[in-house]
Amino acid sequence: MKKLLLTTAAFALTASLGFSDVIRMGTEGAYPPYNFINDKGEVDGFERELGDELCKRAALTCEWITNDWDTIIPNLVSGNYDTIIAGMSITAERDEVIDFTNSYTQPDPSAYLALSADVDLAGGVIAAQSNTIQAAHIASTGGATLVEFPTPEETISAVRNGEADAVLADKTYLSPIAAENTDLVFAGDDIMLGGGVGMGIRESDSELKTKFSAAIDSMKADGSLNALIVKWEIGATF
Amino acid sequence: MEELKRFLIFSFCSEPETLGNLQWLSCYLTTIKHSELYKSVFVVLLLLAITAPVSLMFGFGGAMAARSRIWVINGFGRLYIAIVRGVPDIAFFMFFVIALDQALEWLRHHTLCPDWSDAIWQGNDFVVCPEAKMPLSAASQWVHNSYSFALAILTFSIVFGAFAANVLFGAMRAVPGAQIETADAYGMTRRQTFWRIIVPQMWVYALPGLSNLWMILIKATPLLFLLGIEDIVYWARELGGSKTAKFTSYPHGDLRMWYFLALLVFYLAFTRISEIVLDRLMARLTFGQAITGGDSQRAGKT
Amino acid sequence: MTCLDIIADYGLRSIGIGERLLPRKDFTLCHQITLIGSGMIWNIYFGTLALLGGFFFSMVLALGKASEHPLLRRTCNWFIFIFRGSPLFIQFFFAYFAFVSLKGTFSIFTSFTSAWLGALIVLFCNTAAYSAEIFYGALKAIPRGDIDAADAYGLSRWSRFKKIIWPTMLRLGWPAYTNEAIFLFHATTLVYFSAFPTWQQRGDALYYARYFADKTFNPFVPYPILAGYFIILTLIVIWIFGLMNQRLNRHLPQDRRISLKLRLNLIR
Repeated sequence: MKKLLLTTAAFALTASLGFSDVIRMGTEGAYPPYNFINDKGEVDGFERELGDELCKRAALTCEWITNDWDTIIPNLVSGNYDTIIAGMSITAERDEVIDFTNSYTQPDPSAYLALSADVDLAGGVIAAQSNTIQAAHIASTGGATLVEFPTPEETISAVRNGEADAVLADKTYLSPIAAENTDLVFAGDDIMLGGGVGMGIRESDSELKTKFSAAIDSMKADGSLNALIVKWEIGATF
Repeated sequence: MEELKRFLIFSFCSEPETLGNLQWLSCYLTTIKHSELYKSVFVVLLLLAITAPVSLMFGFGGAMAARSRIWVINGFGRLYIAIVRGVPDIAFFMFFVIALDQALEWLRHHTLCPDWSDAIWQGNDFVVCPEAKMPLSAASQWVHNSYSFALAILTFSIVFGAFAANVLFGAMRAVPGAQIETADAYGMTRRQTFWRIIVPQMWVYALPGLSNLWMILIKATPLLFLLGIEDIVYWARELGGSKTAKFTSYPHGDLRMWYFLALLVFYLAFTRISEIVLDRLMARLTFGQAITGGDSQRAGKT
Repeated sequence: MTCLDIIADYGLRSIGIGERLLPRKDFTLCHQITLIGSGMIWNIYFGTLALLGGFFFSMVLALGKASEHPLLRRTCNWFIFIFRGSPLFIQFFFAYFAFVSLKGTFSIFTSFTSAWLGALIVLFCNTAAYSAEIFYGALKAIPRGDIDAADAYGLSRWSRFKKIIWPTMLRLGWPAYTNEAIFLFHATTLVYFSAFPTWQQRGDALYYARYFADKTFNPFVPYPILAGYFIILTLIVIWIFGLMNQRLNRHLPQDRRISLKLRLNLIR
């Protein structure tokens, strides 16, 4: 599914380069700080800055597309855009269907957010977004009761209004929420679920994968990736 | 820098944190991001305006096919109506756009790149030659946007065309038999009877069904985001969700209720206007056709 | 693992019976058909109960709308207008929001935030409003002669309603009501998709279809399975409603039955 394009910045470059193909970058636009839509209605966030820099280093012209999370992989393999850059953890199941570049974040821990720190995590009601690694984790551990909501927004409201005792989500997503809302606190220990985050690329597109991996490595080497990670508070640095 | 975030410039908006409620609200509601919401209203209206006649065409074709005496066409018409009516639109939208897009590219691939040797299906990947891409990957953004918009219209039209076909099929058969017998007596061919007698008279029977379909079509628009169009419900959800100060100049809690309330008013108003217009249209169509009045028409008059 | 084992493990998964963990790898067609079919239990539950309850409520609304009492008429009109005039998506959202707030104040509302009750109420009101409009139209379409004949027989108001008006209204409105029933079953897929949470992965057919689409990254298998189930369900609905239609029309001469059916198939 092709979503409305949210930026024209890259478009200006197309005209000047002429011959080069445009690389379409698919993202979700609803997962701060990784990617979100800013006040200007453009894709913004850690991955926006990272992606623009990677394209510059790989000498590619890039355009940003937003797409619903549910169909983000089917649309990649169907060729509606060329990369997924949407805070997607590298997992074995996904790796069977698409390829990943080298990871550009350290594995991000998942954390519980609750109204009080001593909430019963083992036997209580835990909210998670449908079809996420966190939902799968709670379902597989038993004990706790899993309650799934269509969007991350609703999982947070569920904790606030007492529907759930805690929410399990990526710590990077929860941190700014916990920082600005005094009623919500982290509870229990962090859990390591997914691997690091990487860009998803079609398996038949190995050339593109090599280019982006090389660009990521070069950003790791000169410290510019770490600077971005610190700026957007995306967990640990490399 | 602040001015770039807005489509309406107020001088006091440069430091939103310090503003009082009313000013804050006027700044907040005029961000560029909000203009996307306002634009999406027009996108939805445009989509409805195009989808309605297109699905009517699909419906007309489907109804004609279902009436056909050639069994292949007849079977196709009936199958189309039965299958699409039987499936919830949401299930259809989940995979149909990708399928449609792939089908188009597959066709283009075979016509434009006959010499291409690589497989189209490489494992999970669907790879066609660059010339067959819809639209071409270097095409500018408005082409991509128009293409996804066109796909959404086509998908909506196929779904609602099946319902329209069902209504029109019934309407064609509801034209009083005496009219058709008279046409036969005049020596008209089957084709002439269809175009000169049935088609002009069927609308009055079809209108109640079609107006209902229109109401249902209006209310199916929240599913547009499944088809890759960012519609009003998408933006209401996106804008209304709570925002932390780190990522916006206008942090706020969960405001979705207010956005959805605005949508509720929008949909109710739109429905009401449609009702009034359709009632007038019905009155006009019924006028002069009172002799043929069936039960449904009598309902319309009392 | 044979397909029968899978059916034994997952056939009733959507109501919490059987294997607790959903399949996580080696998804076979049998897994998908079984679990999505299991989810259909909820679609049928929502559709059937809302339809049964909504049927009676819609009679009240239709008669209210036709009533001469201005307050009653206006109330019914507004109820019908609000539920017919807004997308179900938004109705679910508001209902969930309202139930959660009420739950904080009154403990009676505890169950209302669960889909099995909360979403059922929304679907019930929604179908009642749509059906009321259909039956109101049918009420206005009852031939004057029938009522005159009833009066000529000296029937009391109540028996005139019971023996003449009500059966005729049903008969005239039935084909359109059949369509409403189909739409309602389709609408049940929105329950877990819009606002109501899914507890312990006990969802409806669409929930499991999305689960498989997400796990296999291939939408072309689970959604057509879902579509297949719904086509079967729609055919069953049409068949049952067709039987009832025959019963409602059994006193009419053959040719008038057909013509009525065709003519009224137009109003949803």
